[in-house]
Amino acid sequence: MKKLQSENIHFWQGTEACAEAALKAGCRFFAGYPITPASEIAEHLARRLPQFGGIAIQMEDEIASIGAVVGASWAGFKAMTATSGPGFDLMQETIGWAFMTETPCVIVDVQRLGPSTGQATKCGQGDVMQSRWGTHGDYAAIVLAPNSVQEMFELTIKAFNHAEKYRTPVILLADEIIAHMREKITVSSTKGIRIIDRRKPKSCDKAFFGLEEIPSMPAVGEGFNVAVTGSTHDAYGIRFTADTQVHRQLVERLNNKIQNHVADLSDVETYNIDNCEVGIVSYGCTSRATYETVEAAENKKLKVGYARLRTIWPFPEKIVRRLAETAEKIIVPEMNLKQIFYEVERASRGKADVISLNKIGGGELITPEELLKKIMERTKN
Amino acid sequence: MSGPFSIREYLRPLPLPFCSGCGGLTVMSEFLRAAYELGHKKLDKFVFCSGIGCSSWIPSPHFIADSVHTLHGRSIPVATGLKLMRPNLNVVVFGGDGDIVGIGLSHFIHAARRNLDILVIMVNNMVYGMTGGQVAPTTPYKTKTTTTPYGSFEYPLDAAKLAVTAGAYYVSRWTTAHSKELKNSIKKALQMQGFRFIEAISQCPTAYGRRIGFKDSGEMLKWFKENAIEKTEKANEKDLAGKIVVGEFIQRKRLTLGETMQRVIEEAQKNEN
Repeated sequence: MKKLQSENIHFWQGTEACAEAALKAGCRFFAGYPITPASEIAEHLARRLPQFGGIAIQMEDEIASIGAVVGASWAGFKAMTATSGPGFDLMQETIGWAFMTETPCVIVDVQRLGPSTGQATKCGQGDVMQSRWGTHGDYAAIVLAPNSVQEMFELTIKAFNHAEKYRTPVILLADEIIAHMREKITVSSTKGIRIIDRRKPKSCDKAFFGLEEIPSMPAVGEGFNVAVTGSTHDAYGIRFTADTQVHRQLVERLNNKIQNHVADLSDVETYNIDNCEVGIVSYGCTSRATYETVEAAENKKLKVGYARLRTIWPFPEKIVRRLAETAEKIIVPEMNLKQIFYEVERASRGKADVISLNKIGGGELITPEELLKKIMERTKN
Repeated sequence: MSGPFSIREYLRPLPLPFCSGCGGLTVMSEFLRAAYELGHKKLDKFVFCSGIGCSSWIPSPHFIADSVHTLHGRSIPVATGLKLMRPNLNVVVFGGDGDIVGIGLSHFIHAARRNLDILVIMVNNMVYGMTGGQVAPTTPYKTKTTTTPYGSFEYPLDAAKLAVTAGAYYVSRWTTAHSKELKNSIKKALQMQGFRFIEAISQCPTAYGRRIGFKDSGEMLKWFKENAIEKTEKANEKDLAGKIVVGEFIQRKRLTLGETMQRVIEEAQKNEN
């Protein structure tokens, strides 16, 4: 069906929710390369995008895929790619280029278990730091982490909105479990969902790479003679490959336009963070164990609070610090070897004992029982 | 056209990026001359895309036009996104041999296979010039470069031949000593639709020529002129051996990627109703 699914209840897979959300956000170009567990997004969009007059193309590799996506964005269209760890590796250079050229686009990384080919079909959360620091140089990343099929839908739209608003690449850091499971999802009416589009220049505008914190963005073919480059450039896109000031001004602005808006970008589900003995900081698929654990702990007369990160980067430091003010202990469950753990420890500034709970291999989720055991273990001391 | 051709009309008032004697300037001016002779007073119907390397600086940011200066080897993928979403623009890619058939080789082959409607102008100086003269996939056998101090132990790639095999719509090769032929080939290519590849053999006196015994760019141009041989029906492999084979290699008719894609869109929308 051509029409967007509206106000309907569906039983969708995570990848399907992501693809449908992209359409709803106005995405009209997709380029990708087959990879487990992200291929379903490409398959769904290959069928759906042409119905909207859009284009979905399978490129020769992930480097070409994200290159085409950046090209489509400068052609004036919302564009996306989807991949997993090994492909995400290959995209890193172009992510840096998209950051430097202030190109809005969405990169979905459906995390699988690395390093390398690792366990290709199993779930992992090992790309958390890569999503923040994967490309070289000083840069700032916006990374969102859904924990349900519903959030695959909502955060995909949010990723496009952030990309368009901040003129920067945005990463949807999903994982194999969230992408492959099927859940009930409610798609609200188009009216209820806010869609943000990039700010277009006025005909007299010339500075598309500076002067303002987030400059307006023309498309090619609109008569602006826009010079796009990943090399250090001034507000008009002219290369300055040796000038100290121009580089500092550009790179500081690019970082600040994200870091100065942490409040707007922060998206954290909290519970009892100002009144708890034990806190949990979690994200993505591992956070699904949190709810049941809290209930079980409360039955044991233990006050538990949590911060569930839907935005991982920029790291929502303030909320974690608030949790550390009251909680004696903070548990950080992750399907990696302490990637967010150190961020939580840093944000806690020694005010809480930060404890890691990790599980890697085989793609098994951390269970509520394991999480509860960790909480009880530590509270006995 | 009114008034004679003036290259400055098309260029931002910036210092040009070329070393003295660089063939890049010839390619730049012959392209602009071709555009001028086709009646383009401005370059507003074009978008230029380039990678990393000396010749990638031909359009960016010098041309008064939309230009997208991409990563090393990635101009063709970016051009793919640009062209598919803006089919009415002429997308022209400039790049060196390292950029187009070294690091970016796979994109080059696939774009030719897909018959993506772009013009790729490859400035082949047979060396990595910007980084100081390292061996390239196009460096002739036994040639000394900074990374092959005993002479290159690899055989070079024939990019034009590869483009023909991969499915390009139009392929030609000239040298900077054939500026008129080069310009005419660009003019011809600019009026076609499909994957068009023009290889311009070009001199790099700085990082190549002076190291292999050429005093200046003039000597290199003389070398091009004397060693070039036009490919004709009659010429056999033996005649062409060791020569720079120039000329037009193919011109075929195929649907472009944009056209086949449009059919997909129509099909998808028809099934809708």
